[in-house]
Amino acid sequence: MEAPKELRYSQEHEWVLVEEENLATIGITDYAQDQLGDVVFVELPEPDAQLTQDEPFGVVESVKAVSDIYAPVSGTVKEVNTELLNTPETINEDPYGDAWLVQVEMNDPEELDALMTAEEYERFVEEEQEDADE
Amino acid sequence: MEAKRTPLYGVHRALGARMIEFGGWQMPVHYTGILAEHRAVRTQGGLFDLSHMGEIEIAGPRAYAVCQELFVTDIARIRIMQAQYAVMCFADGGIVDDVIIYRLAEERYLVCVNAANRTTDYEWMAEHNRGRAALIDRSDEYALVALQGPQAQAVLSQLASHDLSAIRRYWATQGEVAGVPTLLARTGYTGEDGFELFVPAERAERVWQACSGAGGPSNLTPVGLGARDTLRLEAGYLLYGNDIDARTTPLEAGLRRLVHFEAGSFVGSEALRKQQANGIEKQLVGIKMEGAGIPRQGYPIWSGEQEVGVVTSGTQSPMLGVGIALGYVPPSCTDAGTPLAVAIRNRHIPATVVEPPFYRRSK
Repeated sequence: MEAPKELRYSQEHEWVLVEEENLATIGITDYAQDQLGDVVFVELPEPDAQLTQDEPFGVVESVKAVSDIYAPVSGTVKEVNTELLNTPETINEDPYGDAWLVQVEMNDPEELDALMTAEEYERFVEEEQEDADE
Repeated sequence: MEAKRTPLYGVHRALGARMIEFGGWQMPVHYTGILAEHRAVRTQGGLFDLSHMGEIEIAGPRAYAVCQELFVTDIARIRIMQAQYAVMCFADGGIVDDVIIYRLAEERYLVCVNAANRTTDYEWMAEHNRGRAALIDRSDEYALVALQGPQAQAVLSQLASHDLSAIRRYWATQGEVAGVPTLLARTGYTGEDGFELFVPAERAERVWQACSGAGGPSNLTPVGLGARDTLRLEAGYLLYGNDIDARTTPLEAGLRRLVHFEAGSFVGSEALRKQQANGIEKQLVGIKMEGAGIPRQGYPIWSGEQEVGVVTSGTQSPMLGVGIALGYVPPSCTDAGTPLAVAIRNRHIPATVVEPPFYRRSK
């Protein structure tokens, strides 16, 4: 499993990249896409939609499962990766790159403090896998 | 209870399969990915471990009579070494299980049952057998390996003792595969041509390895239960527990063709006769999505302003690229072309009734 150092991670397996102040790009992690399997459908919010931290804002569906996407931070949707609607398999192929989902103007950058670092996330996933193996 | 392992469990782990629990068994859900495995079966060929399925033998001088009473089908029409899809019903017409009956001899039948129903089925059979025939649960003795897809015959013919072209669809023969005694049946649940091999459990690995090694460039792809489900749904086949169960009858499930009232009474025949006379209130139909969205089990089906039914199986068809489903609707909504809608996360997505199969292989 891959977890780039520059990202922050949620317990629901979303990642956040903050490049400019207040502007956050959101996607789902490599682990999440691997668990889902072949992604065949994506549902994303419209621009200007309001996201609330820990609330669902979209859906990814694999062949077998429907999975909500939870907002790792609150804010206003600025950009939506509409390409994904036609090529949902990009989520499997490039979860940290071309398969970004939305870009959000954050309401409260301090919410980022509640998220995990790459190292913390890797440990979190290991524990989740151990639980699943039991 | 600990989930059971098939004789091929080690093979799946070595292949890096993702395992899930299904019907009390640890089974591979996929090896590389459901879509790739699905397409491999449609275009080349796939290799499946179906050893979780149960096999119950009914034998002895009264076996024919017992089978005629237990199963919804006309046993007299099944020739020796022929196979027949059938269901077992409760007295009220609800379905106990759907099965494939292999008639091995005049008075000897091997019934392949769903993994999760094995115990229920055996007890149900025993209750109605009342000691007349020998009833033997052979599930632990058999492993079941399936080869499905356009290349299945070419690959298997390199290993089989018999001329496979002589075995017609839904017929079987006793022979050998890779030197292992095998019941070779030209059956399957994918909508493709193919074979199901009933082999002694302790020699399953040899048969599997031989099948996966044969074929050269047209090697068979190992296929898990994930693709098995999308393949059977594209082919319009039913899944017990989803599309049929104790609360659905064969008449409602579109299995009228299995019901032969003229062949004599069977468990459930009275209830089904009554239902046939009074008419059914719901019927299973195929549904194809017209808008974007994937229908799933439990999603409501709407006709205009009215909620009329529910999806029992649904997926995105890997071959067609659209949502497909089976579901129950009132008889007024069953004609092909009837416009319906499936409620997906509270949005009504347009859909149309179609006659399954959703996907048909080119001959």
